[in-house]
Amino acid sequence: MAIEILFFGSLVDGTAVSSITVETFSDTHTLLKYLEQQYPSLQSAKYFIAINQQMIQENTTLVSGDSIALMPPFSGG
Amino acid sequence: MRNNERYIRQMILTGFGKPGQDALQQAKILIVGMGGLGCPALQYLVGAGVGNIGIMDPDTISLSNLHRQLLYGESDIGTKKVEVAFSKMNQLNPDVMIDAYPFALTNKNATNIIQQYDLVLDATDNFPAKYIINDACVILHKPFVYGAVTRYEGQLSLFNIPQPNSRSLNYRDLFPVMPLPGEILTCEEAGVLGVLPGIIGTMQAAEAIKYFTGLGQTLYGRLFTYNLLTTRSFEIALNINDNTTLIDKPSFELEDYEFSSHSMEDIPEISVAEFNVLTLQPNVFILDVRERHEYPPIDFADAQIPMSELASAINGLPNKEICVICHQGIRSVYAAELIKAQRNLTVYSLKGGLTAYFNQQIV
Repeated sequence: MAIEILFFGSLVDGTAVSSITVETFSDTHTLLKYLEQQYPSLQSAKYFIAINQQMIQENTTLVSGDSIALMPPFSGG
Repeated sequence: MRNNERYIRQMILTGFGKPGQDALQQAKILIVGMGGLGCPALQYLVGAGVGNIGIMDPDTISLSNLHRQLLYGESDIGTKKVEVAFSKMNQLNPDVMIDAYPFALTNKNATNIIQQYDLVLDATDNFPAKYIINDACVILHKPFVYGAVTRYEGQLSLFNIPQPNSRSLNYRDLFPVMPLPGEILTCEEAGVLGVLPGIIGTMQAAEAIKYFTGLGQTLYGRLFTYNLLTTRSFEIALNINDNTTLIDKPSFELEDYEFSSHSMEDIPEISVAEFNVLTLQPNVFILDVRERHEYPPIDFADAQIPMSELASAINGLPNKEICVICHQGIRSVYAAELIKAQRNLTVYSLKGGLTAYFNQQIV
């Protein structure tokens, strides 16, 4: 089992893919550090994080099978 | 009787009926933005028989609008959007009272205008307008239907519904700080397929109708995203972000939402605890950027230079680390950016501003 990461909106400009699967990370903090290394554009991007479709605000423990969404704001109309 | 015929197909719906129609008749909705989202939202709300609708947009119609703003035609090019929308909607349903505002929503006019409506429909295409709508609605305790699109994806939610036991969820719970110009692409830069705002704008109208009639479950507390390419939706359950600082009315009206002259620098925001340590260091200069009439006066700043006068005073700042403070910690970020753009100094902003500072000192 692993963790699925979903990228939305403008974040895909930097990642070039809308989802990836990674090995299990202990928490969101270490996962984000890894993602920022893989995709430097995330370092300055604005987004919030959801685990299994629930928004989180603080560093959260991850378990195998979790689905993480990185959601940026959209502004078009 | 004629109106019973007009609305019969929705009045025979279980759960809607005459009470639903009466609720729409009583409703007052302000639609900000008469573009890709606002046109379909307006058409459906006028068709459904909402009693009073305000429409707001400073722009005139251009040829590049017509692939997604189907309310307008080629002969309307060059005419104000609200003017054309007003006359077309009068034709569609003369019973709806329409107020036309042929200018932009600003932090100076927002509270006066929004005050007159029960709900705001955010059909704007830029972040300053979205944050102005959010902050004004938070100040006035008005709900608003949020909608936004980019390329092939759309977002939708309903914010700021008054809650019995807590403050209401708003857009700043998701995205506390407004992105800088250029940080996120607009439709103009990124492109958009015409049907996408058609879908999201129509869903915004549906959320407004559900809110007023009590039909079904609204999107309050959930962010709905839609991907046109995969025809998949993705929903996120939202919660209140305790780190979000909400703006109050005096700061709102002073805030520079259209901030035009800032750099792309990231400004470190420091906590009250870090601030208390910083103030003890001799090489740190505490700069208060509140306007002079703002309350309370403080004795721990090295200088007070109001935001409105800051640009011309930056060269006079000492060669020290600068910590900028304001009432809510929003203006100070912009002020810090202004300073960084002109001076090679380390600049901080006090997160949450003096509001957070005084809350912390009392505890």
